[in-house]
Amino acid sequence: MEHITLLLGIVIVTALVFDFTNGFHDTANAMATTISTGALKPKTAVAMSAVLNLVGAFLSVEVAKTISGGIINEEGIRVQVIFAALVGAILWNLLTWLLGLPSSSSHALFGGLIGAAVMSAGWSSVNGSTVVTKVLIPAVAAPIVAGLAAMLATRLTYRIGNRADEKATAKGYRAGQIASAGLVSLAHGTNDAQKTMGIITLALVTGGVIAPGSNPPLWVIVSAGTAIALGTYLGGWRIIRTMGKGLTDLAPPQGFAAQTSAATAILASSHIGFSLSTTQVCSGAVMGSGLGRKGGVVRWSTATRMFVAWGLTLPAAGLAGASAEFLTKQGTWGIVLTGALLVAGAGTIWKLSRRQPVTVDNVNDVDAEPAGVVTTAIAAVTPPPAGPVTGDLSGDLKTTIPSPDAEPTRPATV
Amino acid sequence: MHIDWAALGSVFGVSLVTTVGLVGLFTLGIVGLSKRESASAQGGSATLAVTGAYVCFAACAAAVAYGIFLIVGK
Repeated sequence: MEHITLLLGIVIVTALVFDFTNGFHDTANAMATTISTGALKPKTAVAMSAVLNLVGAFLSVEVAKTISGGIINEEGIRVQVIFAALVGAILWNLLTWLLGLPSSSSHALFGGLIGAAVMSAGWSSVNGSTVVTKVLIPAVAAPIVAGLAAMLATRLTYRIGNRADEKATAKGYRAGQIASAGLVSLAHGTNDAQKTMGIITLALVTGGVIAPGSNPPLWVIVSAGTAIALGTYLGGWRIIRTMGKGLTDLAPPQGFAAQTSAATAILASSHIGFSLSTTQVCSGAVMGSGLGRKGGVVRWSTATRMFVAWGLTLPAAGLAGASAEFLTKQGTWGIVLTGALLVAGAGTIWKLSRRQPVTVDNVNDVDAEPAGVVTTAIAAVTPPPAGPVTGDLSGDLKTTIPSPDAEPTRPATV
Repeated sequence: MHIDWAALGSVFGVSLVTTVGLVGLFTLGIVGLSKRESASAQGGSATLAVTGAYVCFAACAAAVAYGIFLIVGK
């Protein structure tokens, strides 16, 4: 094994950091509904998800051969470009986490890659039609597919289950939720840990450390699996809160329907070959199950902010990736400066997040004053107002937490 | 530009049918089991409902196993 250059070392570490942010950004996908309906205690839920992510990382033998799936021309890609792309993706992941918005980590990575590649080699290096088929159409399709399935399933389960005693069925729904959440975690580990392994392997190949076409070394598999599991265990509580409580209020049958629909859609899409983003599938499923219950309310203001974040993911991560690539092109000092900026940016975001921390203890609190009768009645018929829409970096941080909101009325049928 | 509408359509169809089917089965199972409790409270038994419930759960477990198979076999 040839020696690993400093640049290569930095890229590997950055890739693992991205994997880590990917982990805590996506904990919500598997566990938000499980946590908000109380099927599992928050800590137990993230621990289970972390273990399954780790297991998942070791399960799949097929390693991602390309990191962008053909979105950019990866031939002759330089290590600096990968580094710049990762910087863009990490910063966008952290920012959306700060705002508590579920957005796709893969799309952030694609965005970073596109930006860095364009800055490095011009627009011709981007395959525009693949962007449409792999990013834009799935982004529209995912919430519709999973949302519709979850909505119909929620209706059905309420119709069949309303004759049974709520207490007797709660245990069953709990077990069902845990099973489907486990499947989502496992699938996440196999997909997303593979991506990081693919990036590191590509960087090693580009740097001439391992031969082209070789499988990732064991240490790559172990470190990528560990990074994503640690990130998952840390728990992206801000995003979990948005998904579990912010979009709608979930009762156990809804959580079960949402989680099952998400697991099914994820597995179907990866099996049939029309890949959908896990995050978008899960958010769509949660909204669908919110609509499926009589008297259920989807907070469209929160949903809109989420949609805006989805739309911004590609350009924003791209812009960050392009700026990073502009710096790294300047030579060694540029690379060092980019690294320093990444650390500074991450530190700032973390500091800002401490102002209103969302932790394991308050993840299920929607900081609301007790709802009066009138508020409750209004909440049942209209989408309640949330904080002002922020897509703006300088926006007031108080708006980042889903706004105080009234509990919608429980349907009489339960 | 080639958009694979057929694949998108199958994902849509398969997700919809499987989700609704599984959730329906599972709910039937839950309802069946809860019948046992109410039956035993009245001193009777609900053998048919309980057997049906276990059949439903077995079908759901098979679906989960198939899901794991899909993940592992990729």
